[in-house]
Amino acid sequence: MSGRGQILSWLYVTPLMLVLVPFFVAPILVVLAASFFQSDGFGGLIADPTLQNYADIFSSTLTANLYIETIKFTALTWLFSMIIGFWVAYFLVFHVRNPLLAIGLFLLCTVPFWTSNIIRMISWIPLLGKEGLINTALLRVGVIHEPLEFLLFSGFSVVVAYVHQLTIFMIVPIFNAMARIDKRIVEAALDAGASRLDIMRMIILPLSKNGIALGSIFVVSIVMGDFFVIKVMSGGGSASVVGALYEDVGVLQYPSAAASAVVLTIVVTLLVALILRTVDIRKELTR
Amino acid sequence: MNAAVRGAVAAPPVSKAVVAHAIAPRAQGRPWTFYVLSTVFVLYVLALYGPMICIYVLSFQDVRGGLVFPMKGLSLHWFVDLFTQVRTGDVKGSFERSIKLAAIVTVATVIMSFLAGWAFRRRFTGDGVVFYLMIGSLVAPGLVLSIGVGLVLHFIGVEGAWYTSAIGAQLSWTLPFGVLVMFAVMSRFDRTWEEAAYDLGATRWQTIRLVVIPILAPGLVAVALFGFTLSYDEFARTLQTAGSLNTLPLEIWTMTLNITSPSLYALGTVTTVISFVIIAICLGAIASIQKRRAVRVPAI
Repeated sequence: MSGRGQILSWLYVTPLMLVLVPFFVAPILVVLAASFFQSDGFGGLIADPTLQNYADIFSSTLTANLYIETIKFTALTWLFSMIIGFWVAYFLVFHVRNPLLAIGLFLLCTVPFWTSNIIRMISWIPLLGKEGLINTALLRVGVIHEPLEFLLFSGFSVVVAYVHQLTIFMIVPIFNAMARIDKRIVEAALDAGASRLDIMRMIILPLSKNGIALGSIFVVSIVMGDFFVIKVMSGGGSASVVGALYEDVGVLQYPSAAASAVVLTIVVTLLVALILRTVDIRKELTR
Repeated sequence: MNAAVRGAVAAPPVSKAVVAHAIAPRAQGRPWTFYVLSTVFVLYVLALYGPMICIYVLSFQDVRGGLVFPMKGLSLHWFVDLFTQVRTGDVKGSFERSIKLAAIVTVATVIMSFLAGWAFRRRFTGDGVVFYLMIGSLVAPGLVLSIGVGLVLHFIGVEGAWYTSAIGAQLSWTLPFGVLVMFAVMSRFDRTWEEAAYDLGATRWQTIRLVVIPILAPGLVAVALFGFTLSYDEFARTLQTAGSLNTLPLEIWTMTLNITSPSLYALGTVTTVISFVIIAICLGAIASIQKRRAVRVPAI
């Protein structure tokens, strides 16, 4: 491309960069720097380089448990949102024959994405609570004689809230990938004697792989970076990496919070990189 | 050319017939999987909307109301409570701030995403860096960025506020979405329309104003929808950057930790109604633009 074209292109992305540099690059670098500083205990930083913050993290069984807990929730959420998201997208693309109806149903699934996550999360309380709808109904039918305690403020309700919020991040990219599959391929496979399972295994799954990968990136990075859902929905029973980090900030322990943030960011980046190995995200997004 | 056009017009019914029979070409009616998956879909939608509807219903209880069913009375008590009581915090003020903030972020998101999407139509030196910075900003844990911005402000000795630092922090979240939507929109933009405008003597600005923007209008509305709703509900990135005055999600967060009355549900109802109004306006605008076009095309 000509030099003039280059300059114009850069001119067009300048506003974007003017946001990304001070509000993404700079904060990450500052957090990285702060993670090597010492705290004066009053919210100030002493610029005396140390590795103590990292040593604390890696020698702490508490931190290790936090990571295990967070990764456990991430894996469960990822699994359930992927299964539900895949089948919902598959239903919309391959079973709904009227394209207008398919788009309408797709919108029906996406509308909650544009409403408050926090409100959607607390809306599980009247359902899952000890005196909530599910317990009341089960008691009345006589299936149980004591209210089920595990429904709310437990690992269960945390996963429910995550899946409720994040399945949409699976549906949209998988739907897009599936919508691009040429239906004639499926037709040809049927004519060649393929079974339903063969079609799923050899056509649908490979061709929607990119969508699944893209959705996985969203789900994994959001759950790993969350502290809000886990705090409210576990009723304080479970902690998360970011939750602990937030408490550090609350007591003005910036250096240890920063070190923890750096480790978390590296873990998330590694997970995302792992997923990216299976898909060319740029090709998928700009196509 | 003429034959090609006719071919293109004739094509859809054929491919539609293929689609209709692709799944069950030999069987009459639907395969059994259709019924299983319909059930899955209906259950998903029920689980998606059911809980939300519960809290809207519960927010209309009277003063005896609690956090769970059964409904106790029917009144607007908790809505009045929400906006008049001091103990629930500054709900009204945070509402106004959140709406203003979302409006600013929306305008900035639309303009910046449009420009960036325009640049990304062709490759340029360093485009990969810009792209991956954007993806990084999208997947980075919100609270980490929030703390980082807080530290930057601390170092340069500036006080954060919802109308300064929070705008930037939120844009780092809304812009990646906006640009990704622009990618999808731009991929369907035919360069020949732009070239035709130049050939007819339009200047660059005229081309953008009279050709490009009208064609991309539905996509730009979609970007605005993302910009507004993502900003309006943003929590983690705003937490350490909004300064001393709360935005609405921050107010809700404080309430979830302190308030155990239906006024929390009332707030949920109010904020969701606002979201739904915005969504309806945007989707309605997109639909009406598409409809106008559908009418115009045969005339050409």
